Amino acid sequence: MKTTTMIAGAALGALLASTAMAEELTVVSFGGAYGAAQKKHMIDPYTAKTGTKILFEDYSGGIAEIKAQVEAGNIQWDVVDIEVIDLERACSEGLLEVIPASVLAPGADGTPGAQDFIPAAIANECGVGNIVWTIIYAYNEKTIGSVKPNSIGDFFNTKKIVGKRAMRKRPQVNLEWALIADGVPVAKVYEVLATEAGQARAFAKLDTIKDDIVWFDSWSQVPQLLNDGGAVMGQSANGRIFDAIKKDGKPFKMVWDAHVYDLDVWAVVKGSKKKDLAYDFISFAAGTKPLAGMPDVAYGPTRKSSMVLVDPSVIPDLPTSHLDEGLKADGIFWADYGESLGEKFNEWMLK
Amino acid sequence: MNDTPTIAPVALERGTSDVLTKAEIRLAHREVRRHKMVAFALVVPLLLFLFFSFVAPIATMLHRGFYSPVVAQLIPNTLQSLATWDGQGQPDDAVLTNMAIDLKRLAADRTSGKLAAEINRNKPGASSVVKSSARKLRRTDDADLAQNGATLLLAANKAWADPLMWRAVQKSGDTYTDGFYLTALDLERTFEGELQIREATQIYIKLYTKTLRMALIITLMCLILGYPLAYYLANAPSKTANLLMIFVLLPFWTSLLVRTTAWIALLQTNGVVNSFLTGVGITSEPLDMLYTEFSTIIAMTHILLPFMILPLYSVMKGIDPTLMRAAMSMGARPIPAFIKIYLPNTMPGLSAGALLVFIISVGYYITPALVGGTDGQMISNIIAFHMQQSNNWGLAAALGSMLLILILTLYWVYDHLVGTDNIKLG
Repeated sequence: MKTTTMIAGAALGALLASTAMAEELTVVSFGGAYGAAQKKHMIDPYTAKTGTKILFEDYSGGIAEIKAQVEAGNIQWDVVDIEVIDLERACSEGLLEVIPASVLAPGADGTPGAQDFIPAAIANECGVGNIVWTIIYAYNEKTIGSVKPNSIGDFFNTKKIVGKRAMRKRPQVNLEWALIADGVPVAKVYEVLATEAGQARAFAKLDTIKDDIVWFDSWSQVPQLLNDGGAVMGQSANGRIFDAIKKDGKPFKMVWDAHVYDLDVWAVVKGSKKKDLAYDFISFAAGTKPLAGMPDVAYGPTRKSSMVLVDPSVIPDLPTSHLDEGLKADGIFWADYGESLGEKFNEWMLK
Repeated sequence: MNDTPTIAPVALERGTSDVLTKAEIRLAHREVRRHKMVAFALVVPLLLFLFFSFVAPIATMLHRGFYSPVVAQLIPNTLQSLATWDGQGQPDDAVLTNMAIDLKRLAADRTSGKLAAEINRNKPGASSVVKSSARKLRRTDDADLAQNGATLLLAANKAWADPLMWRAVQKSGDTYTDGFYLTALDLERTFEGELQIREATQIYIKLYTKTLRMALIITLMCLILGYPLAYYLANAPSKTANLLMIFVLLPFWTSLLVRTTAWIALLQTNGVVNSFLTGVGITSEPLDMLYTEFSTIIAMTHILLPFMILPLYSVMKGIDPTLMRAAMSMGARPIPAFIKIYLPNTMPGLSAGALLVFIISVGYYITPALVGGTDGQMISNIIAFHMQQSNNWGLAAALGSMLLILILTLYWVYDHLVGTDNIKLG
């Protein structure tokens, strides 16, 4: 009896000691090629510099998991890489910490942080700029057949392009695309989507391809789906397709028509116990040099001083070179309509 | 003959000792109590475990299905002033002003999203009204807000003139509500308090029927596959039977996740099954098998099959083979003999297996989540969705309670029709 107690005590002591000793930070991002680039340019250098261990985990975006953690008071994540389309909502719902201005480190050329970032990257008080990225759709040249798609209308045209389309299982971007494919001018998309009639129109358009959609949760599934024939074309973050083409030589082709571009920022989950460490990490990760590594996967850095360091040959592949073909994702619209359209979208899925 | 006299005194002695003294009775009672206490103490850990892991969570779940305190906590002033509103037309300016003040405060506290989510459950689309108004009112001046709150609120969003919006606010303000249970039944209450079919969408009843139907199909499939196999196992020579039993049990001991993902590899578009079918020329195009109801049913049948085979096998093993021979020797043909003699004897195992498979599959989660796509989702996936994604714990609790009630009802019906006392689990 006594020995058991002693062993148990010793084990408990060791456990407590080990959790107290190692300073660990949980950083959550999107995994895949993008996660690998972040690990190489942000996570590993930070650990090498400070000795802080980082638990680098994947999630599939959206605010649900953050919300569940905050509402249940069980905070497991410290730093999250969040899409700006979700940022405004997460921030206004009190799921993220307000980031102090001191976190914006000056650029490598000495420009103060606030001037070095592009304005959109620090427009929200809960996030610090990371990358400019975009959502395009891509197809596999081997499986698509003889007729190739080249517009968003083709994505919704099941007669012209036969086969499965992979789409991310959430209303964001899908509803925008449905309206554009239905003839709504790009500049008017959010205005139309704010009305009941516009929402009905978007869902009606999605209805026309519902049987041909393969839903996915995580961006990293798309190259896989295109590759193994699970889908002939699929919505994707541009970097994933870029990486699959460049690194693995996949026969994928991107369609830039009506791409929905957005920013990604670093944010700190409200109630994180390692807030200061989290700020320190963000200050480092959003520095000139780590950000300059992101074009490895065709994502644009949000710092002007990083742009100078970018290899000129990748510039045509960056979302910033295609802005005139695209639509800027509206974080404020989704902050206001995310909840109600989310419910409608789920009910539509189950119907 | 000599024994009789010697027995009598013993009996007599016992007779006298039957009358115990009071002290002895107390002692005996104490002994019995002590035994009971010891026995009770031994089961205390189990009882505590059951209480904390079973009774308490279920009670909390039942409670959560009725309890929704959030709105009452967030906007107490508005709700108080709204209490006297008759439900017709736009409420008084005082109510609107209170709402404007509350919204400004919520926007500053970053809790407007919570209010928006709650009200949206009573009026789809309302969350955008709440959130955009809160955002606009955040930058207003306090004095101005107290003076012209009503005008500012209407300027922020004209939906605040709509009585339906206010009815939704009022309804969300109830701390105790049957709303979650009604939603789980695809019903809603009109402002006058009458029940009606939910206008927005009806999905849950359909989901419950689908879940039950799928569970029934899975049970039947398990039965069709499991019955002959169990019969064969029970009657085969023990060497073959043991070997085959290992094949039945091996998947049973393998991780559920592994077995489910194996089905993904088999059924996917370019998976083993499709490659075979196209290779042999049965189909020219690969079939869509993964992420459908079909894949869920196949995978779950495979996973739950041992639950059917094991009780059937143990019952069949105990049936005397001479019974069938006797029936046939008396002129019964094989099929009637089987139906009249063998089948009734396997009923205990059949009931147990069918009930096990059915009840387990009604509440199944992992397999439909992995291979079900959108078609193959069952009610537990939607419960998980409301727990983890939409954070609507009230609705998740209501749906869970309904599932519990449903299963208890089915069990009761089963008990009345077949009787549960003849179940033999192993």
